[in-house]
Amino acid sequence: MSAANVTSIAYLAAAVLFILGLKGLGRPRTAPRGNLLGASGMLVAVLATLLDRSIVDFRVLVAGLVVGSAIGAVLAVRVQMTGMPQLVALFNGFGGGASVLVAGASFLEVVDEGLVDDQLAVAAALTALIGIVTLTGSLVAFAKLQEVLSLRGFRGLGLFRVALGLVSVGAAVMVVVRPEDLGWFWLLVGAGALLGVLGTVAIGGADMPVVIALLNSCSGLAASAAGFVLDNPLLIIAGSLVGASGLILTQIMCTSMNRSLFDVVFGSMGSGGTVMDVDEVYGDRVTSTSAEEVAMLLEVAERVAIVPGYGMAVAQAQHAVRDLMRTLNEAGTEVVFGIHPVAGRMPGHMNVLLAEAEIDYECLLDMDQVNPTFPQTDVTIVIGANDVVNPLARTDPGSPIAGMPILEVDASRTVVVIKRSLSPGFAGIPNPLFADDGTLMLFGDGKAAVLDVVAALLNV
Amino acid sequence: MTLLIALTLFVLAVFLGLELINKVPATLHTPLMSGSNAVSGITLIGAMVSAGTDHSTLTTTLGFVAVVLATINVVGGFLVTGRMLAMFTSKREKRS
Repeated sequence: MSAANVTSIAYLAAAVLFILGLKGLGRPRTAPRGNLLGASGMLVAVLATLLDRSIVDFRVLVAGLVVGSAIGAVLAVRVQMTGMPQLVALFNGFGGGASVLVAGASFLEVVDEGLVDDQLAVAAALTALIGIVTLTGSLVAFAKLQEVLSLRGFRGLGLFRVALGLVSVGAAVMVVVRPEDLGWFWLLVGAGALLGVLGTVAIGGADMPVVIALLNSCSGLAASAAGFVLDNPLLIIAGSLVGASGLILTQIMCTSMNRSLFDVVFGSMGSGGTVMDVDEVYGDRVTSTSAEEVAMLLEVAERVAIVPGYGMAVAQAQHAVRDLMRTLNEAGTEVVFGIHPVAGRMPGHMNVLLAEAEIDYECLLDMDQVNPTFPQTDVTIVIGANDVVNPLARTDPGSPIAGMPILEVDASRTVVVIKRSLSPGFAGIPNPLFADDGTLMLFGDGKAAVLDVVAALLNV
Repeated sequence: MTLLIALTLFVLAVFLGLELINKVPATLHTPLMSGSNAVSGITLIGAMVSAGTDHSTLTTTLGFVAVVLATINVVGGFLVTGRMLAMFTSKREKRS
């Protein structure tokens, strides 16, 4: 069997391993094995590629593998779970960046040899555009999550973005028409890079889960497009699998916010309706409470629900929350977690943090599972969540979050909100839940407040 | 590979991906994302060829950077996914 055939069969095996791996990642029990299968597929693919006869010099290649592995391993091992959204954003970007470079290098080679055809030029232009937008978009998302850049959106760049989009499309067309003029290719890369930056600087914190999922999808699509450039079936298959899975996640995130992908990407937030006056909503109806009082409530509660939000991640309160859960469980109280799909800064953010604190994933309930149980819940503790529990989403059709599915915590007997202040969430609107008769506000740092409650519970 | 075959593979793989990932529980959203992202680092095999062929200094350099980025994506992605998944525990599993 020729070396080319061996490589092709190995690529087929790798594709099968990727498919089995992704399937495995869909169930908690099989997920660790799924991840291993995916990694084995990658190893098979890399080893098979070493047989490629067009590789004449292994020094540069091996140096790249060594440097990349070292950096990747250090990043993966050292990252804190709270830093996970940034890391995922960064990895997405690197994937997109690698695809642009691969397509670029291959395009340059073919143009030099005068062998370029329409199909290759179209594929190279598409890869360059998708890949570079993924790279710069992810870097901006990274900077925002790392809080190097403000999470509040930059608005009013719409026209500029449309113009850049037109320039990119024009340059892409010219790459196909006049592939030998490499200037068009570089113009495409430059315009795409700016487009990625402007497309993501406008996106605010609460929209981050959508953006991260979308960039994930794009990194796959870029790899798939690179497969068309290189005429490599494995890149096409693996890339489109990832592109499709990213699209599903993006769709789930958009549905959970009741916003269209268009609104998220173009940074428009329903601004209609009257902005409610903060004093009018809160007035003197906000009831402040103490850790001791909360402990007394919990003491007699039979069922407690905990609703975490991004604030829990910021306060690093997940271990304190675990202690609270254990203390309550020991007293015979049932504790569940209610998790909104877009709580946090990436899909599944809260689940990862709570898993880090060794909380059984069976206790983490999705929105659809937990909502019907709130009427039977004695105490709901909201930690660092705001917009996802704001009843205005149901009651005020003019509100920016109108129609967004929320966790209906106000249906439970008592709600305790742990929060630093009454400041609004990302949507910038006050939350009538805080002024509700059944709501008590426990002001303070999430972690400290939860630990105070645990201490008070142990003292009762 | 003709364009038609390439397109066929693309479309079928997209449908397969949509079927595979449908109904993934929220708990696994992050590991799924970082794991699938590591798979998208498959671009690495293209990068290896670019870095290894002796075409011009420019293409070799581009290939080298691509290998580094893609390897970070692959190695980091699978490792961090494994780390995350190791934390997902269930009492029911421990008992069994």
